[in-house]
Amino acid sequence: MKTYDLIVIGGGPAGMAAAISARENGCEDVLILERGSSLGGILNQCIHNGFGLLTFHEELTGPEYAARYAEKICALNIDYQLNTTVIRIDREKKVTAINADKGLQILQSKTIILAMGCRERPRGALNIPGSRPAGIFSAGTAQRIINIDGYMPGHNVVILGSGDIGLIMARRMTLEGAKVKVVAELMPYSSGLKRNIVQCLDDFGIPLKFRTSVVKIHGDKRLTGVTLARMDDRNKPIPDTEEFYECDTLLLSVGLIPENELSDEAGIPLDPSTCGPVVNNDFETEAEGIFACGNVLHVHDLVDFVSQEAASAGKNAACYIRRNGLSNKERTVRLFGSDGVRYIVPQILNPDRKDEDLTVRFRVGEVYQNAFISVFFNDQCILRRKKPIVTPGEMELIKLRKEQINQFPDLKSITIKIEKG
Amino acid sequence: MEIRYITCICCPFGCQIEVAVGSGGIQSISGYTCNRGLNFAANEVNHPERMVTTTVRVIGGMQPQVSVKTRKGIPKSEVFRCMEELKSVEVHAPVRIGDLIRENICGTGIDVIATKDVQQINFQNFSD
Repeated sequence: MKTYDLIVIGGGPAGMAAAISARENGCEDVLILERGSSLGGILNQCIHNGFGLLTFHEELTGPEYAARYAEKICALNIDYQLNTTVIRIDREKKVTAINADKGLQILQSKTIILAMGCRERPRGALNIPGSRPAGIFSAGTAQRIINIDGYMPGHNVVILGSGDIGLIMARRMTLEGAKVKVVAELMPYSSGLKRNIVQCLDDFGIPLKFRTSVVKIHGDKRLTGVTLARMDDRNKPIPDTEEFYECDTLLLSVGLIPENELSDEAGIPLDPSTCGPVVNNDFETEAEGIFACGNVLHVHDLVDFVSQEAASAGKNAACYIRRNGLSNKERTVRLFGSDGVRYIVPQILNPDRKDEDLTVRFRVGEVYQNAFISVFFNDQCILRRKKPIVTPGEMELIKLRKEQINQFPDLKSITIKIEKG
Repeated sequence: MEIRYITCICCPFGCQIEVAVGSGGIQSISGYTCNRGLNFAANEVNHPERMVTTTVRVIGGMQPQVSVKTRKGIPKSEVFRCMEELKSVEVHAPVRIGDLIRENICGTGIDVIATKDVQQINFQNFSD
């Protein structure tokens, strides 16, 4: 049986960047397995601009950003299979996949990169009471129907949740002639990017109501309206704040969940706060030789960061093969987020592994103004950086220099905290 | 004199900037924290621009439509007219990224180009 150097699961932005980087760092036999009918993943339906400012220093649309990487995949002769679903992986790096041409394939690889992305939190996860009429879509589904298939899912729209996809769809549906009446957000802040709130809602006078949610769905066959209500601090509806909105469409933009069924079935430990695998500074999961990057690891707000992270994972997979599988994990340092830090990636540092600075990515749980981001090595504060604002909607990034880490030979833990100013 | 309220998009802070506009243009700007905000607010009042991204129909393609964009921002006031003008546009497959879809949209001097490849449909695929 042929043994691949690397099998990448998913041909979206993370999978493509990882495969390219692995090839550029010496991986010979690289195979991408992609469920969809083209490379690019979700970028193909994200036809709006705003992608690539960090990577290419120009503002691209999603399909253009994807095409830059797809061209490189072809130029480097990286093998890929489309319309192919991976149904199982295991810790021995055996990948079981199916497609219509080849049927069932069992493929052996030296390394695997998990790049399956994420999926939208569905209605079923929200406990919205009421019947089940047609006209309720996740924002990403509506995006696909409009931008790929070319149909309008409805004309009078209410959006629940102010995630970026919901905001983008508020603008998209408005431009296509629909009336977007309101965006309701349960939290007292938006998880979407500021520029999307301004350019997708404010530009069109679409109101955004915080601490508000859907309390009733109206309609039998087709949605005829929703009732919104203000919520108290315990997320209970406040009496007499109900408002009825007539609409034929309700879009849900209420969060994204990393798609980790394959990882979980392979017994790869997941972090409950990211819903992605626990990884070390090489993006290697606790299963040796299996790496993870992109939205399967933690949900990103900018694709540019996905590409950076994936390129790093690809390079590290190539290094792993060069080291001949020895993962050399003798010294481990745990990373923690506390006091307002909701999650942190990576969760483990293996400081002996390589001579590189450590990039820590994290997200906070609420909005903080004029707060400090503090980094503790064991119990000692080694860095305190003032930030005018940190919000749950924007991933934070902090770089720790190799020399700083090497000065602490007895380093056991790194903790990142938010300290109020 | 008119007061215009602008939310800055330069960083997550989102300063609420007040711009006083008189007959001779901007009189005063307040509420910003940094120079980026100052410039953003002035631009938004003097000549706000937006890039328009949408789709147009494709005839004979593997996909029913192709995504397109204005090559640069067009005046914000022209956005809906741009959408209207693109409604009637149809292109024939194959379409390549960067192909010209509509020249000088709404007389803005700015072209609309394709942002995706759409292959021609291959009827041989359906013959058996």
